[in-house]
Amino acid sequence: MIPAVDYIRILPELVVSLFGVIIMLVDPILPDNSPKRPLGVLAVIGVLLGLAATYYQTGYYGSAFSDMVSVDTFSVFFHFVVLLTALVVILTSFEYLAIQKLRAGEYYGLILFGTVGMMLMSSAVELVLIFIALEISSISTYILAGFRRRAAESAESSLKYFLLGSFATAFFLYGVALIFGATGTTNVYGIAQALHSQKSLLAYLAMALMFVGLGFKVASAPFHVWTPDVYEGSPAPIVALMSTGPKAAAFAVLLRVLFATGAPGWFWLVWVSAVLSMTIGNIGALVQQNVKRLLAYSSIAHAGYLLVAFAAARQIGISAAIFYAASYAAMNVGAFAIVSHFGSSGEKYVTLDDYAGLGRRSPVLAAILTIFLLSLIGIPITGGFFAKFYVFSAALQANLVGLTIIGVMNSAIAAYYYLRVIVYMYMRDARVEAPVARIPAGLGVALAISLIATIYLGVLPGRILDYAMTGAQDLLK
Amino acid sequence: MNYIDNHIVTIIVFLPLAGAILLAFLPRRERDIRYFALAVSLVTLLASLHLPWYYVRGQEGFQFEQNVPWIAHPAIQYHLGVDGISMWLVILTTFLMPLCVLISWKSIADRVKEFFILMLVLETAMLGVFVALDLFLFYFFWEATLIPMALIIGMYGHGRKIYAAIKFFLYTMIASMFMLASVIWLYAHIGSFDFVTIQHAIQTGQVDNFATAAQWLFLGFFVAFAVKVPLFPVHTWLPDAHVEAPAAGSVLLASVLLKMGTYGLLRFNVGLFPDQARRNAPWIIALAIIGIIYGALVAMIQPNIKRLIAYTSVSHLGFVVLGIFSFTQLGVDGAVYQMLSHGVSTGGLFMLLGMIYDRRHTYDFSEYAGLATPMPVYATFFTFIMLSSVGLPLLNGFIGEFLVLSGAFQAKQLYGVLAATGVIWSACYLLWMYQRVFYGKVTNPKNSTLSDIDARERVSLWPLAIAALVMGVAPNLWLHSIDPSVSAALRQFSAGTQATPTATYDVRAPGSQSHPGVARLMVDTGAASTSEDSVRHNAEVMGR
Repeated sequence: MIPAVDYIRILPELVVSLFGVIIMLVDPILPDNSPKRPLGVLAVIGVLLGLAATYYQTGYYGSAFSDMVSVDTFSVFFHFVVLLTALVVILTSFEYLAIQKLRAGEYYGLILFGTVGMMLMSSAVELVLIFIALEISSISTYILAGFRRRAAESAESSLKYFLLGSFATAFFLYGVALIFGATGTTNVYGIAQALHSQKSLLAYLAMALMFVGLGFKVASAPFHVWTPDVYEGSPAPIVALMSTGPKAAAFAVLLRVLFATGAPGWFWLVWVSAVLSMTIGNIGALVQQNVKRLLAYSSIAHAGYLLVAFAAARQIGISAAIFYAASYAAMNVGAFAIVSHFGSSGEKYVTLDDYAGLGRRSPVLAAILTIFLLSLIGIPITGGFFAKFYVFSAALQANLVGLTIIGVMNSAIAAYYYLRVIVYMYMRDARVEAPVARIPAGLGVALAISLIATIYLGVLPGRILDYAMTGAQDLLK
Repeated sequence: MNYIDNHIVTIIVFLPLAGAILLAFLPRRERDIRYFALAVSLVTLLASLHLPWYYVRGQEGFQFEQNVPWIAHPAIQYHLGVDGISMWLVILTTFLMPLCVLISWKSIADRVKEFFILMLVLETAMLGVFVALDLFLFYFFWEATLIPMALIIGMYGHGRKIYAAIKFFLYTMIASMFMLASVIWLYAHIGSFDFVTIQHAIQTGQVDNFATAAQWLFLGFFVAFAVKVPLFPVHTWLPDAHVEAPAAGSVLLASVLLKMGTYGLLRFNVGLFPDQARRNAPWIIALAIIGIIYGALVAMIQPNIKRLIAYTSVSHLGFVVLGIFSFTQLGVDGAVYQMLSHGVSTGGLFMLLGMIYDRRHTYDFSEYAGLATPMPVYATFFTFIMLSSVGLPLLNGFIGEFLVLSGAFQAKQLYGVLAATGVIWSACYLLWMYQRVFYGKVTNPKNSTLSDIDARERVSLWPLAIAALVMGVAPNLWLHSIDPSVSAALRQFSAGTQATPTATYDVRAPGSQSHPGVARLMVDTGAASTSEDSVRHNAEVMGR
């Protein structure tokens, strides 16, 4: 008999799945060519209830279903991040679907199912369950990537994402199989115990394979090649989701796999991958003309900064990584929400030239985008500043001076291309006047959420950081 | 201490920001926006006058302090406060701000709301830099000045404005990363960002590995500040930024932002690393002197008036750095004084240039001649402010340069001799410029019909002219409070170099003396030949 409290420990997942199912059931009832706005509202309610359920969970820490799922500060933190990202994405999609004339209810359902997968990734402590969660979230995003089905590049990006993604998950699965061979268990804490007594060659190999699989999911170099193409072709709100939610969840898994298991031999893997990601991401972004591609390269670079925190390890590094994931999600989802609004019908306006003179045509939108970009650079009073600050000070405390220097140099390079967007918006005059629609209510709320989160993390990061510290402690216990 | 004394600094710093936020919600009626910005800057000025009014002279350490925890991990304090040095820089900032609003009244006609929002945000950031006593907070405000300034240059400038804005941004941003690295190192080894705590820990030798790292830490801070000052090899962003910036931007850039660099050198490089400051002084002074002479020579041959004035900043700020690194009471007093007086004179010159630019939209010398004929009032103001910049006795520039040169002579005669040529150069280039622009016949017909400056422009110039005169005849008003803070800073310095504090160290009870700065300083001019001696000597003089 499964105790009732076990269900509470997967309550957010249950609630959100339920709403996903409801959306799928309601969809056929609605008239075919309506904008299906009610489904979006249902999705918002689902996510809000999911948030409430997560909050409710904080009174019920512990593991459930024979140690398959563990609810602790760490998982709750990532639940919040993932759910809030999903909320912003859904709110942005209201307008997006209307403008692109996409009338499909399963869009919202898929977002919710993907969210369930991501949430489960952060609370699962059983490698097989982690794999299943990973698949749930991935498959939803594969489909969503191809949602602009009239646009060839959307189909291309979906297929590319799917092929490379399944390839990568296979790597992860191989890693799980090997670690099972090495330790006789797939439970994270069981593995930790087994590895504590002896580390076989098999365990090293397993770790490397799992790192490859997850490296693909977080878009860290050298497994990043798919990112720019996929981001360019996918619908903009979905890119907002892909570049934050699954990424945060995959980082959560990576944290568990690397640190909770006490895995061997990860340090140089992480070090090299961090350096490559930062460098390739930033240098790649320097020459981009398409804003979506630019942000894609920037997200590769940010994965690199996060890996710097991984390399620092221990509580301080892990908490820096958790904090970084949260503030990155806030600023990036906001930036993409604006890109999505501005792209207009058929995502016509996505190059830097289209952004010229935006400061004049739409001062509010330009100002908000500027704040997100400044946060991505890491300028004070934004979350991005403290995120970078914590990461680099963690690295210094772990005596990773070389890595810190490379990271700091990279963030100096990065300032250039983010600044370029700002320069285009404010200091250049538009050659072709790209029209800017008024900000609809849904987008307004979405932007407000991400803006408040970004500024809050930049002015009063104390509470969130404390929370991240506790999360790191829970992870390491 | 009552509530106001405890919070006045916070109020001053955040008044402009609050104004900016309100401004964002005002409707786009340009007249109202201008008046509102003017009102905010005036209220801030009034609030800031609380500081010198209630400042306890002769008392050491920081006053009007506010120290509350901000972030628990890492331990960042919201620690603000002023001493005799930073207080006057705060006043300089708040004093110039209403004038900057006034001169932008008509010259900024497009995107007015954004302009004044940026100006007010910039004011908050600049004030924060001067009053922050927590290294992290300092860095926070330091970086925060970058964005509004870069946007002001890039959005409202002219010519190659984008190039100038990006150059300004990248130079400063990359340089300040070195400072951040030093700050983080200090935090990692001391466990605090608090300036006073760190200073104490370094003085008492409680920091592990400090001996090996100190030189690097010193350089980390130095690079950030040297770029901002700007010292000789890293000054190249300055002429571009100045020339392309709108008038108000140039004024704030020259008068306040550059002072952030010299203030940082004095507060952090000298205050935290006295040994390294002494060891590195020779080459820093060499750079400063090169800057004085090079800046002056390059200024002389500029075909563009504004570029000329921009290069004079390189020269004048060289004096400030020289004064600071002479480590003499006179020199440092003079350096601080020169910071203020450069803010007034060069700020004034940039305002004047802005006015002529509004009329003719060019800064080329070749376009101008005989301006004194159509614009007599303008020419008079120009003469006055220019002479204050040249360093004419009875005007402000003289006091600062004189004190710095006296200090330089005390430290090493050669320094004084070389730097003194800078005074001659400045007379050369400024008078020559004046001659070319104002004297002679009006050769360009476009200039013959120019209107003289109107009431608004006069209102914005009078305060500067009065300030220049008062600073020239009554320097003690300022030196009263600057002097004790400087001697405190220098005693930290001598305490750091001599392992044990000297006897004279304790003699001086807080508040026991209040020597009129210059009068006393005149006494010990030439009394001591080396800087170390003079520091000790000064301390003794004060003890009596």
